[in-house]
Amino acid sequence: MPLSFPEDSVGIVTPQTICFDQPLSLACGRQLDRYDLIIETYGTLNADASNAILVCHALSGNQHLAGYNSAEENKPGWWDSAIGPGKPIDTNTFFVIGLNNLGGCHGSTGPQSINPDTGKPFGPDFPIMTVPDWVESQARLADHFGIQQWAAVVGGSLGGMQALQWAINYPQRLRHCLIIAAAPKLSAQNIAFNEVARQAISRDPDFNNGHFYENGKVPKTGLMLARMLGHITYLSDDGMREKFGRELREGKLSYDFNPQFEVESYLHYQGERFSTAFDANTYLLMTKALDYFDPAADYGDDLAKAVSHARCKFMLIAFTSDWRFAPERSREIVDALVAAERQVSYAEVDSDHGHDAFLIPTPRYIDIYSAYMKQVANDIPNSSQENT
Amino acid sequence: MRADLEIIQQWVKPNSKVLDLGCGDGELLSFLQHQKNTRGYGVEVDHDNITACLEKGVNVIEINIDDGLASIDDHSFDTVIMTQALQVMTRPDQIVDEMLRIGKECIVTFPNFGHWRARGYLAFRGRMPVSKFLPYTWYNTPNIHFCTFKDFEQLCVERNIHILDRTVVDNEHKHHWSIRLWPNMLGEVAIYRITR
Repeated sequence: MPLSFPEDSVGIVTPQTICFDQPLSLACGRQLDRYDLIIETYGTLNADASNAILVCHALSGNQHLAGYNSAEENKPGWWDSAIGPGKPIDTNTFFVIGLNNLGGCHGSTGPQSINPDTGKPFGPDFPIMTVPDWVESQARLADHFGIQQWAAVVGGSLGGMQALQWAINYPQRLRHCLIIAAAPKLSAQNIAFNEVARQAISRDPDFNNGHFYENGKVPKTGLMLARMLGHITYLSDDGMREKFGRELREGKLSYDFNPQFEVESYLHYQGERFSTAFDANTYLLMTKALDYFDPAADYGDDLAKAVSHARCKFMLIAFTSDWRFAPERSREIVDALVAAERQVSYAEVDSDHGHDAFLIPTPRYIDIYSAYMKQVANDIPNSSQENT
Repeated sequence: MRADLEIIQQWVKPNSKVLDLGCGDGELLSFLQHQKNTRGYGVEVDHDNITACLEKGVNVIEINIDDGLASIDDHSFDTVIMTQALQVMTRPDQIVDEMLRIGKECIVTFPNFGHWRARGYLAFRGRMPVSKFLPYTWYNTPNIHFCTFKDFEQLCVERNIHILDRTVVDNEHKHHWSIRLWPNMLGEVAIYRITR
């Protein structure tokens, strides 16, 4: 429990819920008549609303980007390393919005919300969400704040995909797009991992076809397996060797089937923790959004064509040991942007943290991130920091 | 601005599309962007240089020039520039070919190993030249493929490369009448504008 917060922390943050009552048409053909988005904001929106940054979350993320929701919270928000006074996304300069995407389980309308047609939780009947659907809902969030144009839209992994979609769908509404550890679409291998995770959940006897809320039981085992699998793909072989090696918890083999290697207990711990904190239907939905993401599909599978109308500047960052979304995947986006004569920068950061590297403040990553955000700050109209 | 860059910028047309291979801290591209309204990218691998480019607002792409250019379309740039980096490439001849494939025109600069100081160093001391301009010793130098002006021009003849412009400058990157007279002996940096 932090009694006082570090100087570069945004400190105590209170989430707020915004209700939207304009129907939102979705890619699946259905619509949400009304919906809530839960958000957190940091920093101050300037008079002409030109210093706003949207941060999009990844598979299991949420609106809590930075700081603490209470003095009792022992861990700050998931991107606290990058957001705060003096950090890459400097809250002295920028107004930052984090949200929980539709279909999430942290306060925005999702499978746990009450379906107005039935009076019961949506559960598996919650519409399948896509990245373009999320971008549409985020655009309405921008409208709510009077933000015509984001200074930047930023995201890692699935969050980076939303940033890319923003640049394609709303070219006039962002000046910069930061896409970190992402890919232009999932590979067969990526989809395969997601499917194993979904099967683990949906075959859990407590899943009850997604209607588990009524039973007062959650498919803990399935969620745990899904998360354990996920974690393996977020780490690198080298990183796991470095972190766990073949270390034994008890120092010797026990000749039974209980977890004895450190890596086993790590996965058990992570899976266990996740299985009580995350919603199974949301997990299924988020992995589907990943699988479906393919912005080039609407442009004859030509990614260069898809990005050719983008107006913003792009920054892509990839990590050498990330095999979930390897640097080659980011390079596909870079190549498309170069072919389309868009403005793009790309950095490939050495790291043995695998896909997780985008959340870990290694020195070079932070240098690159900060340097680019200085550019974003300089591009704020009438910015007073022109001479930095 | 570095004097060789000063010469190069005169050869770049306004509003053109430029690729700068080994763009350093982005000084040239930043100048061209602001003064000549060019667009394009720098390619760089040095971490500090990449950070400097990003802060300046210069588009920089971290790829290895030796193997990373294949994805770029033929003749998709008006000018491809490589300053003082040819000598660190694994295969300078192949890089020049790649540059000419991507660019309608290329500008290349490199240190002239035929300069009298280098010749004197090797002739009289019997050792590989080390100077303020070429400060490395033979075992730790990134410069693995030195050539002279004559060597480069020979390569151009062999590969059907058309030399549009050439100039040489000395250590301070200044022109001097004597350099023009005897470039391979007195010029320390060669600057070529080539096409195919």
